[in-house]
Order: sequence, then structure tokens, then C-alpha cells
Amino acid sequence: MIRAQVIVRPRASIFDPQGDAVGRAIQSLGVPVRQAHVGKCIELEIEGDDAAAARAQLETICHELLSNPVIEDYVLTIQEPATAGGH
Amino acid sequence: MRWVVVRFPGSNCDQDAFHVLKHVLGQEVEYVWHKESSLAGAEAVVLPGGFSYGDYLRTGAIARFSPIMDAVKAAAAEGRTVMGICNGFQILCEAGLLPGVLIRNNNLHFRCETLHLRVEHGDSRFTRGLKAGQVLRIPIAHGEGNYVADPKTLDSLFAHKQVLFTYSDAQGAASDAANPNGSARHIAGLTNVAGNVLGLMPHPERASEGILGSADGLAIFESVLAGEKAKQG
Repeated sequence: MIRAQVIVRPRASIFDPQGDAVGRAIQSLGVPVRQAHVGKCIELEIEGDDAAAARAQLETICHELLSNPVIEDYVLTIQEPATAGGH
Repeated sequence: MRWVVVRFPGSNCDQDAFHVLKHVLGQEVEYVWHKESSLAGAEAVVLPGGFSYGDYLRTGAIARFSPIMDAVKAAAAEGRTVMGICNGFQILCEAGLLPGVLIRNNNLHFRCETLHLRVEHGDSRFTRGLKAGQVLRIPIAHGEGNYVADPKTLDSLFAHKQVLFTYSDAQGAASDAANPNGSARHIAGLTNVAGNVLGLMPHPERASEGILGSADGLAIFESVLAGEKAKQG
């Protein structure tokens, strides 16, 4: 099994209303946070042990489904099968 | 004219659209479940409002992969009429049938109210019964209607007369105060370059009978019908 993690973030150039609200909430609690951005973390478990093949498939999925390139960037991290489940 | 209203899991304005088309306008209309692969030869398609797939991931992001969307894309490519209202607009953007994307309202509120829209052009498939500058009273009901696109795309939308409706005050003047969601350049509704695919956040189907407080939305449907009649005549 392969484990993968996708972090989706709003682009810095796009106003992030959610991040703005969260940032202001943190400020109201006394922490001088300058900016906050709210994204998503998607964790996947994939059948098989071919990490390269999984990466190729997941890049497409990240681009077409998990993120919208007009407003978001993503970072895909794949954990090699040898270390998967090892903790 | 033969219409279909597509139902996704979570659609909730499908019956309103069906009612207006069938009972107010006397059109032939059928529902099509999103798992279907055919629009049964309909000349016009409505993607109704709602919360398809619970708005999970992003609004419209999962619905765009529904089997029926291949038929909707084919219909759009053939020049048939495609109308996406509210969640339907969000789905059309995610599907790439319209440019840009709709994100969370800049004020974070779910805005549910009747407001004013200025008609930008009266020479489109959806506004031929209206005049540029005319002001319509039509309700909105959304949390994610904040239209975002890069400046080049926005310029191109106006240059190609794709923006049909903008948020305005009662006199037709645009301002941040009249913009309910932070939408770029006050955009409320736009078409593709070909002009046969419309996406709009306001709900014309909720403003198509006087008893509901406004019948201004009817003109949008009637424009489509008038165009079809002219084509056949």
C-alpha cells in the first residue's frame, strides 16, 4: 500500500476570506498574526506498491479534482511503500 | 422548446426551475438524473441550484465528473442552450465550460435576499428581451458567489460581451455596497465566448411570478424562447 498526502493551499494572490476570518480570530486572542491561509490536507491510501505510477495518477487527480488551478496550488507527497505503515 | 433540468445529489432548486418552465412558460421539460448519459435530445439544459455533493472539496468540484456532464459538454459544443443557476454556475466553472471560479463570499455570510442586477447587454441569447442598463430585481441565495478570474480573463470577458449581469443598486450603479459577495468587477452572470452557455448566481426561477415579489427573471427564459422561435421561424 502507498500512502500519499495532498496539501491544497489558496494562492497568495487570491483573497482568502476564510483565512482572513481565522487570522482575525487569532489576533483577537492576542497573537499578532499577520496573515492566515486556510487550505486542505487530503490523506490517501492507495492499493499497490508502484510509487511512480501512483505519483503520475495522483498528479492528474490533484490537478483535475483535488485543487482548482485558478485559485489553488497543491503539494503532493508520496510515502514510499517500504516505509508505509512503519510507525 | 424541449428542456431538461439535471438533478444532482443535493440539487434543491430543480423543482423551481421545472415549475417555471412547465407551468409558467408551458414548455416541455423533463428531469434528468446526473447518472444518466443522455439529455434525450433536449434543446436546452438547466443545471439548477443546490449543494451538489454537499459542496465537498469545492462547490461543483465533484458534480463536474457526473456522467451527465459529458452530454452537457457535448450540448454546449453543439450550441444548445445551457443555463447554470447558482450551484449550476459553480459546476459549469469547475467543468471548464465557463472561465474562472466562484469562491467563498468575501464577507463570509450566506446571502439570501432580493437585490438588483444591471443588464450589461441586450443582444445575447439570454437577454434579447432586455435592454443594456435595465435593472432587474432577482434574489440570490449563496455562500460561494465570489467570482474570481485573472485580470486578463476579466478583460476578455468584457471585451467579448460575455458579462450579461452585474450587481448594482436600484439605479443601475455598481458599487462595493451593492456587491453581495466581493465578486470581481461585480460580475453576477456571464456566458462562454459562443454565448450559448450562461452561468449566473442569482435565481431567475425564483423571480418569475408576480406573487413571488418579482417576475423580472422570466425575461431571461423568455429571451431563450424568443431566440429559438426566431431560429425556427
